[in-house]
Amino acid sequence: MANANGAGGTGDKVSAVLEKTDEKIRGSQAWNSIFRPGSVYRRGYTDSPRNRSYVIMNNVLYHLHPVKVKRHAVKVSYTLCLGGLSFFLFILLTVTGIFLMFFYRPTAISAWDDVKTLETAVTFGSLVRNMHRWAAHLMVLSVFLHMCRVFYHGAYKAPREFNWVIGVILLTLTLLLSFTGYLLPWDQLALWAVTVGTNMMGYTPVFGSSVKYVLLGSKEIGSDTLLRWYVLHVLLLPFVTVIFMAVHFWRVRKDGGISGPL
Amino acid sequence: MAEVPEHLLRRSAERRKALTGEGGDAPAEAAAPVEAVAADAPAAEAPAAAPSAPAEDVTTASGAKIPAHLLERAKKRKAAAAGGDAGAAGGAVAAAATATIAPPVAGASGPGGHTQRLLTVVKSGSIQQTKAEAQDKVHTWPHLLVVELGAVLILLAFVTVFAALVRAPLLSLADFNKTPNPSKAPWYFLGLQELLTMFHPMVAGVTIPGVALGVAALAPYYDKTTSNKPDDRRFAIAIFTIFIMLWAVLVIIGSFFRGPGFNFVFPWKDGIFFEL
Repeated sequence: MANANGAGGTGDKVSAVLEKTDEKIRGSQAWNSIFRPGSVYRRGYTDSPRNRSYVIMNNVLYHLHPVKVKRHAVKVSYTLCLGGLSFFLFILLTVTGIFLMFFYRPTAISAWDDVKTLETAVTFGSLVRNMHRWAAHLMVLSVFLHMCRVFYHGAYKAPREFNWVIGVILLTLTLLLSFTGYLLPWDQLALWAVTVGTNMMGYTPVFGSSVKYVLLGSKEIGSDTLLRWYVLHVLLLPFVTVIFMAVHFWRVRKDGGISGPL
Repeated sequence: MAEVPEHLLRRSAERRKALTGEGGDAPAEAAAPVEAVAADAPAAEAPAAAPSAPAEDVTTASGAKIPAHLLERAKKRKAAAAGGDAGAAGGAVAAAATATIAPPVAGASGPGGHTQRLLTVVKSGSIQQTKAEAQDKVHTWPHLLVVELGAVLILLAFVTVFAALVRAPLLSLADFNKTPNPSKAPWYFLGLQELLTMFHPMVAGVTIPGVALGVAALAPYYDKTTSNKPDDRRFAIAIFTIFIMLWAVLVIIGSFFRGPGFNFVFPWKDGIFFEL
């Protein structure tokens, strides 16, 4: 009993100190300037409908989500999270891709060696490269499946027609992103897969050879092609994709949230 | 001023006719609506109780100002009503502020003998409460965000574990003089490469994918049906499914059933010629 009391006393003291520290930190001006009113990290956050609304309204997430969503929109069985996961894979690919950029030079002389070094000599290099590659394949798959999901739900119908068009553009951009990344390791797989692909594009009617020349940077695949596809892969295509994604997400909300249940 | 709707005019005419037929009661009946029009009935009552009050604007309890001339007029009406037939006036209060055009009242009437003004006519429908249909909604926080976080964590765990276990391919350095046999495009283009075995490259590599993308992108503009019930969309679903299946079969054949020279092979007999 005495022991328990003693422990209680120490416990009280500890919790009092913790409480004081908490008040000092979370009561500070700095803390409250970071977390806006309603944030779950603020002192005295209580779960109430009002605060649940504030969490979204006073957060950058308000650009993505409304305060309330239809109940069926929350069901995983309805969306399978495919659109959201495609977006997440895009973010994951950006993060891992930035990591890879630190160790890679897009020239025919050094590209393959850099990848090899990355795999063998860089901490987590192999893991991150693997993640980048598998996430890329997954993203092609998830964007494609997302399109199928939307089609089977008839979610492309008015007023969402235009968002479907943007979605098809995003699918194309995803394929292009994946394809441009395919060349970068500069191994036999990359070179010949891209050869097959660009040969096909060369058959574009009327300006086929011009298309091919612009894409390759010369008559044949080489260092110029590598640089060109690298810039496309890490800068131009992601930039365009981000813009289309912004419109895509914005339109989801403006068109009345995700489509109704079947 | 807004147009007076037909049915109101008709009702007013009928009422007027009825009132003139009744005769004696008319002045009292006509006085009643005036009270209602004078906005705040209790507020209007106060100045009436003090007949000697000077003609000034009066501020009511609710803060609204009642112009002096209206108060004056209300007072006169009240006096007239009390003098004429007090009982009838009390009974007619329930008539409320309908836009009735009252018959002329001797002594106390506005232009054209009207005893009340038409303040405004609100078109039917415009003041009806339009309530949005109640939707079954939930708060984004926590319901949606928790689902999203869960999905993201599961996917991240999957990708990390998969990446730790399975190596991304890195073949030997690119060599222009050594063409691998077979040379294959990335898996998502293998359907096109498969088409290449059947059609001219321009058809297989440009026309078919271009048309397919165009047709897909424009789907909402020629599919004019509005229902999203699967039963109402059998045709659309059938077409889409056939298209997707066809594509999947082509990709699978291109990936696993094509060997050296892009010839048809059985993967269980000749091995798999496929790199991701």
